[in-house]
Amino acid sequence: MSKKFLSGNEAFAEGIRLARPQVISAYPITPQTIVVERLSEMVEDGSLNAEYVHVESEHSALSCAIGASAAGARAFTATSSQGLLYMAECLYYAAGGRFPIVMMNADRSTALPWNIYGDQRDSLSQLDSGWIQAYAENAQEALDLALMSYKIAENKAVSTPYMANLDGFILTHTYETVEIPDREQADRFLPPYETDNRIDFDNPKNMAFSAGPDTNYIFKYKEHEGVLAARDVINETEKEFAEIFGREYTGLTENYLTDDADYVIVTLGSIAGLCRETADKLREQGVKAGVVRIRYMRPFPNEELAEALKNVKAYGVLEKDISFGNEGTVFTNVNSALKKAGVNVPGYDFVGGLGGRNISPADIEKIYSDIEKGTDSVNFIGIGGGNNGK
Amino acid sequence: MRPYIREKKDFTFDEVPENTSFEAGYLTTVNSGWRSIRPVINSEKCKGCEQCYLYCPDGVISIEDGKAVIDYDFCKGCGICAKICKIGAIEMEAERK
Repeated sequence: MSKKFLSGNEAFAEGIRLARPQVISAYPITPQTIVVERLSEMVEDGSLNAEYVHVESEHSALSCAIGASAAGARAFTATSSQGLLYMAECLYYAAGGRFPIVMMNADRSTALPWNIYGDQRDSLSQLDSGWIQAYAENAQEALDLALMSYKIAENKAVSTPYMANLDGFILTHTYETVEIPDREQADRFLPPYETDNRIDFDNPKNMAFSAGPDTNYIFKYKEHEGVLAARDVINETEKEFAEIFGREYTGLTENYLTDDADYVIVTLGSIAGLCRETADKLREQGVKAGVVRIRYMRPFPNEELAEALKNVKAYGVLEKDISFGNEGTVFTNVNSALKKAGVNVPGYDFVGGLGGRNISPADIEKIYSDIEKGTDSVNFIGIGGGNNGK
Repeated sequence: MRPYIREKKDFTFDEVPENTSFEAGYLTTVNSGWRSIRPVINSEKCKGCEQCYLYCPDGVISIEDGKAVIDYDFCKGCGICAKICKIGAIEMEAERK
């Protein structure tokens, strides 16, 4: 184990180096660029033995990774924002073909207006593509997700591609001290990829075929089962990870002071840290505040959320996303989880951080106070609720 | 190996693979219904050079007794074989119903 001072992008690249992908195909885009720059340097200096393929677009980047995976290789790609949207067609191919590719996505705003800064509208718009979706909070978690991602994605019961999301700039470009596992430990944790879902000259197969109305729904059911199977596999993988590397993770969600909380913010990504600090401050003032950080949007933590929120007085979802004409998608998902579990507590949606706008400690204090007092169903931080706060 | 038709059957839930990969060449129907022109080989001229066999995008040409033979169950009538044949042994003829 060594320690280095790394950005989120660099930490993720270190995790990928330890995971030994055999093919990397990526197209640079801000704020993802540094992760692929570091990986190309690792290939160049020989510390990562991979085929680095320069492609002409994100569509090609993921298509190339699918081809590599279909040849039985461990494949990696990375993108962000418009690049992820350009990949959208291929996302479904990768998931439907059950190719356990890993992608890092630097969460970034989508045009128009053009903007390179962070929000989560890019990846959340692709929740239905069939990929596992993880959201990292810090650089250490980013590295650890990179290493765990292949083990989860390649598990036979799962066989599903994996998207690890890092908040653009806030996480991809900020530096912190990161523990880097030893190569020997990493190899013990993650064996080489083996699969029957590959081109094999000795056993010719028809791959990536069509399926008509008679069987199509069975493929889709099995795809759904694969993502659901990741629930248990994520927990098992984190347990094994803790045994080897000593760092513990908490599955699909991470709870903070929720046991006795009256008011809870449910959020995801790097903003969770500030929410916890604010909860601490409010606790000193006698407000029983708590935080649930969603670590995985797919598979979705239905039961975990119902369990964490069943005794609260009210909750709010803080997300960097809006599904225009409705509400933030995270809020929709959380509400559904509670409804299914028969948990009936008031909840409010807080949309913030769009286009990289800062979310301040004062904003989060106001969210807690709005949750306590009650507010509009959907609130834009800095503007207001359904009537635009006027 | 020439393609051959298997009996069409209903796949049970368990028989449907987890992923989109399955035994190659598992064909249950012929597939040439949209062909409007068909290649016809003049076996007097054909030298069995295998150029048409190599270029056929559907893999429906085989060489039997030194001459090209076309499997009309799967030929789509694209005409590439006629274009590639240097000795003019393949001509495209209109399909007639």
